[in-house]
Amino acid sequence: MFGLDRDQAIGTLLLIALLIIAPFILYPVFVMQLLCAALFACAFNLMIGYVGLLSFGHAAFFGMGCYVAAWTMKHWHIDALAAILMGGVAGAALGLPLGWLAIRRSGIYFAMITLALAQMVYFFCVEAPFTGGEDGIQQVPRGHLFGFINLNNDMAMYWLVAAVFLAGFLLIHRIVHSPFGQVLKSIRENEPRATSLGYRTDDYKLIAFVLSTCLAGVAGGAKALVFGIATLTDVHYSTSGEVVLTTLLGGLGTVFGPVVGAAVVVSMENYLARFGDWVTVTQGAVFMVCVLAFRRGIVGEIAARLKLSL
Amino acid sequence: MFMILGVPGPLLFGQVLLGLINGAFYAMLSLGLAVIFGMLNIINFAHGSFFMMGAFVSWMLLNYLGIGYFPSLILAPIIVGAIGILLEKTLISRLYKLDHLYGLLLTFGMSLVVNGLFRNYYGSSGMPYDIPGVLNGAQNLGFMYMPIYRGWVVVAALVVCLATWIAIEKTSLGARLRAATENAPMVQAFGVNVPRLVTLTFGGGVALAAFAGVLAAPIYSVNPNMGDNFINTVFAVVVIGGMGSIIGSVITGFGLGVIEGLTKVFYPQASATVVFLVMVIVLLARPRGLFGRMV
Amino acid sequence: MTISRRSLLGSAAAAGFGATLPMALPLRRARAAAKPVIKIGVLNDMSGPYQNTGGQTSVICTRQAVEEFNAQGFDVQVISADHQNKPDLAVSITRQWFDRDGVDLLLDVPTSSVALAVQPVVKEKNKVYINSGAASAELTGTACSPNFIHWTYDTYMLARSTGGAMVEAGGDTWYFLTADYAFGKQLQSDTTALIKKAHGKVLGSSPYPFPGTTDFSSFLVQAQSSGAKVLGLANAGNDTVNSIKQAQEFGVTKSMKLAALLMFITDVHALGLKTAQGLNLTESYYWDLNDRTRAFTKRVLPKTPKNMPNMDHAGCYSGALHYLKTVQAMGAAAAKADGRATIARMKAMEVDDDCFGKTTIREDGRHLTPAYLFQVKTPAESKGPWDYYKLVKSTPPDQAYRPLADGHCPFVKA
Repeated sequence: MFGLDRDQAIGTLLLIALLIIAPFILYPVFVMQLLCAALFACAFNLMIGYVGLLSFGHAAFFGMGCYVAAWTMKHWHIDALAAILMGGVAGAALGLPLGWLAIRRSGIYFAMITLALAQMVYFFCVEAPFTGGEDGIQQVPRGHLFGFINLNNDMAMYWLVAAVFLAGFLLIHRIVHSPFGQVLKSIRENEPRATSLGYRTDDYKLIAFVLSTCLAGVAGGAKALVFGIATLTDVHYSTSGEVVLTTLLGGLGTVFGPVVGAAVVVSMENYLARFGDWVTVTQGAVFMVCVLAFRRGIVGEIAARLKLSL
Repeated sequence: MFMILGVPGPLLFGQVLLGLINGAFYAMLSLGLAVIFGMLNIINFAHGSFFMMGAFVSWMLLNYLGIGYFPSLILAPIIVGAIGILLEKTLISRLYKLDHLYGLLLTFGMSLVVNGLFRNYYGSSGMPYDIPGVLNGAQNLGFMYMPIYRGWVVVAALVVCLATWIAIEKTSLGARLRAATENAPMVQAFGVNVPRLVTLTFGGGVALAAFAGVLAAPIYSVNPNMGDNFINTVFAVVVIGGMGSIIGSVITGFGLGVIEGLTKVFYPQASATVVFLVMVIVLLARPRGLFGRMV
Repeated sequence: MTISRRSLLGSAAAAGFGATLPMALPLRRARAAAKPVIKIGVLNDMSGPYQNTGGQTSVICTRQAVEEFNAQGFDVQVISADHQNKPDLAVSITRQWFDRDGVDLLLDVPTSSVALAVQPVVKEKNKVYINSGAASAELTGTACSPNFIHWTYDTYMLARSTGGAMVEAGGDTWYFLTADYAFGKQLQSDTTALIKKAHGKVLGSSPYPFPGTTDFSSFLVQAQSSGAKVLGLANAGNDTVNSIKQAQEFGVTKSMKLAALLMFITDVHALGLKTAQGLNLTESYYWDLNDRTRAFTKRVLPKTPKNMPNMDHAGCYSGALHYLKTVQAMGAAAAKADGRATIARMKAMEVDDDCFGKTTIREDGRHLTPAYLFQVKTPAESKGPWDYYKLVKSTPPDQAYRPLADGHCPFVKA
């Protein structure tokens, strides 16, 4: 099911078990923050891990998802799930034209062009009236699910976010292990060969890009509702850098890597906040150690040691 | 007074001139980046941190040892260059055989660590550094008031850019360098110590950033975040000019300075974004950059 | 989680527990068995551009208030965190503090966007919020809250004191250099309103990208060619420092007067007197103002030798002290249970401390301080370190701030 093999199925069951226990042991808002970051990283991993393209501008889609979900929630008072999905629609709608421009380039040029496009999105968000500039969109209500479940209760909100996360997580794996996903991998390994086999590789890359940005938008939408706020931080390039760190730390191209990476990065930010500036120093050091010593990331290393396909 | 697009002409002249001054910083920084990328294939995200360190080292030389501005112009780049060489030897050299991506990520992490450490020790509100007495004062150009120090920055930048170009294109050392980027094993076989050449190049690129940092110290307050504001723009300059192209980065640096300056008159809010617009257009129309060789 | 392990352990031990509490578990402390604990959370910028105007010194000044008050009948703890000027991070920290760590008073919170973002959270959780570091007058205007007091200053007060004095002194035409975000725009519009009221004129403005602008020369030359008499700097922190430095370099100071609409003594220190001399600026506190402020400085300075407390820091001290007095008066249990009632009680009580003297808190949550217009001394006039200001004019508390009716605070009408 969902294209999971035995190892991955066990891992997924374990993940589901953790999702169920987590809110009773940990602070639910913290776990929700973690899940949003994890879904975002999974979406990002779809591009870098399976298509081999590093986007340095994914914050644009995450942030736009935040803004649109927050705005529709605040002004139209729609259902919470609909607002989160609106975030996904926004991510995809932005991803389509930007992806169409960006996928013409590969390697470092793809990273640079996505960075530049994201900077322009950032500028748009600073200037456009609907985003509220530096203040962002504040006091966003969490609203209701299906009209009757009040999400102001942290536990109710948690189950919604957990469900959205799990759906996104499984969707990505269904995609990756479909025939479509196989073509993506063949493009990553050898693009000219894929072209010569008759695949229109640009179309495949664009579809993967839009799927990735759509899920990034969903993650953003969920985050906006959890915290009741959408701000410029979410579209800033440091958010793009952070998702790269998250995925790299967990393991590029692994199934569970982004989730583990998000757990580490989000906890690090939370527990280190009292040390002031040591947060950035620690983050930087982790980055360096990762690149120098564990290029496969945490999950990648474990999987290689234990010969599992995680 | 004549008008251009609703703006008084003299004001526009002034803006072009100021754009050139900012362009001088872009040119020096992107020159170092381009040299490092051309020879080492490393995208040095920590370049802004080396720029900042240049300014800080000159501040330290003045406040701890009483060494003034002009000796700092020589000393600070040497010191920071040496630090760069150390980092190259111990860390960066491990990544040459890998994808560009890893070099970028490593140097990104490095810049977070360096900037964070400086913030911890020096705070972020900045240290004053005075303009040296000889270069104090200003000249009234009729259409604007031109500080002498800013003029000096442009001259110094041009001299340094020219010297770098000569060193790489006209000297035997430069010839070996260029040969090594084309075919390292072959050059090594001729008895040239290629790893040392690469290390020296990295040190040189870093020293250029530090030199720009010393020049910037009296204009901007010396603070740990001073490189961050430049680094994105400088990346754009290198990409637009063509990665690894020396001439390209210098001309583009000055050119973008002017474009940015003009944006500050017509639509100031967008002045930080306009370079990215140019970058997208160039990457789509001419992916190897304006002056780049084949990708 | 932002509570320090040591303080957690300390309080656990004090409560009669020897064992370590797992950090991630919700706090389960035997409250009935021990003295109630009042927790103060100082939230500000510990690593960014406002590190020196707020930062660690705010925490030290808060601790100073706790120490001097020496609470009987309840314990006081101070914890702190860095919000990095990110509203979303601030909201997440604040929620954790209230939900999990049992924080009762949220203190400082500079940067207007962050200050506005946490306002609804405090109201929802019915806690107490005293803001010292942020400028936006909206906080006691349309965004006001019955759980909130704005302690130290605001954009209206700055505009009135600095702007008003400049117009009176003949500076009737202005050009603005404005950081293009909420705070900068509001400072510009508040000042513009005052200039127009005094029959002055605004000739133009340059809204520049924030953050990320280091070179102001282009805007300064534009300001110069506008022919205005005053250059209003609607920005803060490093931007103000850089723009003043460059204004001098480009000879702007020869033809125009500079009005730094928000500047702290810590910024003057960064600039150096040589560059800053002659500037007009407004603060509600200065260490060398009178015997009481000097006494306070003498007590606290050994703990913060590198950074002289400015009005933001003094506000943290003064706000925390008044809060503790109120808690004492109404009982710690009652204060912990109801933030709104605590705020109401704080408004009813007279404020009196060494930093701001005897003052009052208005219905909408505005703490009414005097506003002092200072001029920065020349290097020759300054007699020692941090001897930077001479007092030009002081505005009494009842005139310094926006009139109650003009704020349109919803719950005041009701």
